[in-house]
Amino acid sequence: MTDRAAAATVVRPVTDAWPRRTRLVEHSILPGLGLSLGVTLVYLGVIVIIPLTMLALRPWELGLDGVVRTLTSPRVAAALRVSFGVSLAAALTNAPLGLLIAWTLTRYDFPGRRLMDAFVDLPFALPTAVAGIALTTIYAPAGPLGALAAKIGLKTAYSPLGIFIALTFIGLPFVVRSIQPVLQDLDRDVEEAAQTLGANDLQRIALVVIPALAPALLSGVSLAFARAVGEYGSVIFIAGNMPLKTEIAPLLIVIKLEQYDYAGAAAIGLAMLAISFGALAGMNAVQIFLARRGRA
Amino acid sequence: MSLQARDKEFLALLGPSGSGKTTLLRVLAGLEKPDAGEVRFGGEDFLSLPVRRRRVGMVFQHYALFRHMTVEQNIAFGLTVRSRREKPSRADIRARVADLLSLVQLEGLDKRFPAQLSGGQRQRVALARALAIEPRMLLLDEPFGALDAQVRRELRRWLRELHDRAGVTTVFVTHDQEEALDLADRVAILKDGELIQLGAPNEVYEHPATPFVFDFLGQACRLPGVIEAGRLRIADWESAAPKDAPGGPVEVFFRPDEVDFAPVDGAGLAAEVTGVAQRGPDVRIDCRIEGHAMELIGHGPTLPIGVAPGLSVRIKPFRPQVYAAR
Repeated sequence: MTDRAAAATVVRPVTDAWPRRTRLVEHSILPGLGLSLGVTLVYLGVIVIIPLTMLALRPWELGLDGVVRTLTSPRVAAALRVSFGVSLAAALTNAPLGLLIAWTLTRYDFPGRRLMDAFVDLPFALPTAVAGIALTTIYAPAGPLGALAAKIGLKTAYSPLGIFIALTFIGLPFVVRSIQPVLQDLDRDVEEAAQTLGANDLQRIALVVIPALAPALLSGVSLAFARAVGEYGSVIFIAGNMPLKTEIAPLLIVIKLEQYDYAGAAAIGLAMLAISFGALAGMNAVQIFLARRGRA
Repeated sequence: MSLQARDKEFLALLGPSGSGKTTLLRVLAGLEKPDAGEVRFGGEDFLSLPVRRRRVGMVFQHYALFRHMTVEQNIAFGLTVRSRREKPSRADIRARVADLLSLVQLEGLDKRFPAQLSGGQRQRVALARALAIEPRMLLLDEPFGALDAQVRRELRRWLRELHDRAGVTTVFVTHDQEEALDLADRVAILKDGELIQLGAPNEVYEHPATPFVFDFLGQACRLPGVIEAGRLRIADWESAAPKDAPGGPVEVFFRPDEVDFAPVDGAGLAAEVTGVAQRGPDVRIDCRIEGHAMELIGHGPTLPIGVAPGLSVRIKPFRPQVYAAR
């Protein structure tokens, strides 16, 4: 209370100063603010905000209870569950494995390292349908890995596991590429300090390296998750697309569109947007917290 | 090379960059493996011990603090990673951290993160962290290299006091001769991976073993001379040769501030003063001796008698070092 009162007295009364033009942004010595902010706004508007606004407006043609009815119908609810659940599982699986791959590629030197490094990017570059067909061929019951998995009683293609495989595949590069530069820049002397203080290898990695990588790791996982939620091409081949079981939300949108149910499709789209936005915002908050802890 | 640090000694490894001083320190810590040779501590073979078993406290030039941990957690790290059997109780750890914080004069900052501290404070946290494991030896790798001159001087004194109180054998790497001479019990001067000279600061400063050491430890003026029959002759000036000096053609080294000035008709080296400039507490005297441009230093605010630009004087180095000419 007293603090606030004290602070209030410091504030200069507006009237005795020269009338100043109110500024929306602080003056910066860096030139070009007007131009760059303008371009940013126009670009974001045209590319992101306007299309998303249309998406947000469209479903309400159905009325509120129409939207609710669409989203709570068993088929849609199941598809959303599959999409988000499997995407999360895939992203979380990629966290330790992506970390390990990034570690291997940065910390060790072995023949073929550069080639392997290039392989990591393939899921980025490959048309997703091609990836889907390739994965299906391998993991189908008659395919080499599918047959192997069938022997131990696992059904890979045409099951949620198949979706998981496809989403792990496309998410991996996001995790690896987020961690790699940070791992590369990580000061070796910090690890050496841990060693001289008596930490064993496991403690050194768990207590020193991974906390330093945490913000990057989280950002990679967020990206992989976001990408997986929206993934269509690679999944539809391997999923089997059985309603209520292996049908993903993006496919359901396509089905609704084919039935000229545009508002219904937009409703699902809006729901996906909302959930994704919430999840990403949450991860961002954690990431900012982690990053701030070390930097403040 | 062979080098031995005595118990509870403060030993400085001094050398230009690339002289191998940091490598030597890292070999002591176990962070680098030597191709050959041995490292012993007491009677113990250090090379067969992995880094984490050597119990050496290492302080790095860029602090190497754990950024995501508070000051308290940083200092306690060496204790918390111990196996359950050896780990002190939580209360003991807290007490030890509190002790160390007061030792490094950072009380009250235990909950801060490294990024919220100044460079000098960070380095003190790093030192406390190294001391927490009660190291058998403290290794400091240019610990003040990243700090500004003022903080550096303060920390230097403080580190020396800390060493005397804690009584840990300390090996200190630096390329700053002033720092080494000011701080250490003994200074080891390294060049290209070889030990050139080892001795107390005064000893190495007053009797540098080679022209390199002379040059490295401070500013140097050099002139060619000849020693014949116990007399040192530089140009037209002759004086008694320092004892143990080699005969024949020599190189004469002296510090720019270790000279006496005399009027032009007196004895000494003929020097022509070309410029005079006051530089803080000292006065810089530019002159030409025997065709060599030379920069001499006079202390205090007044010029030596007879020194002014354009005049000729005689100078006498009062503590020249003589090395056989190569």
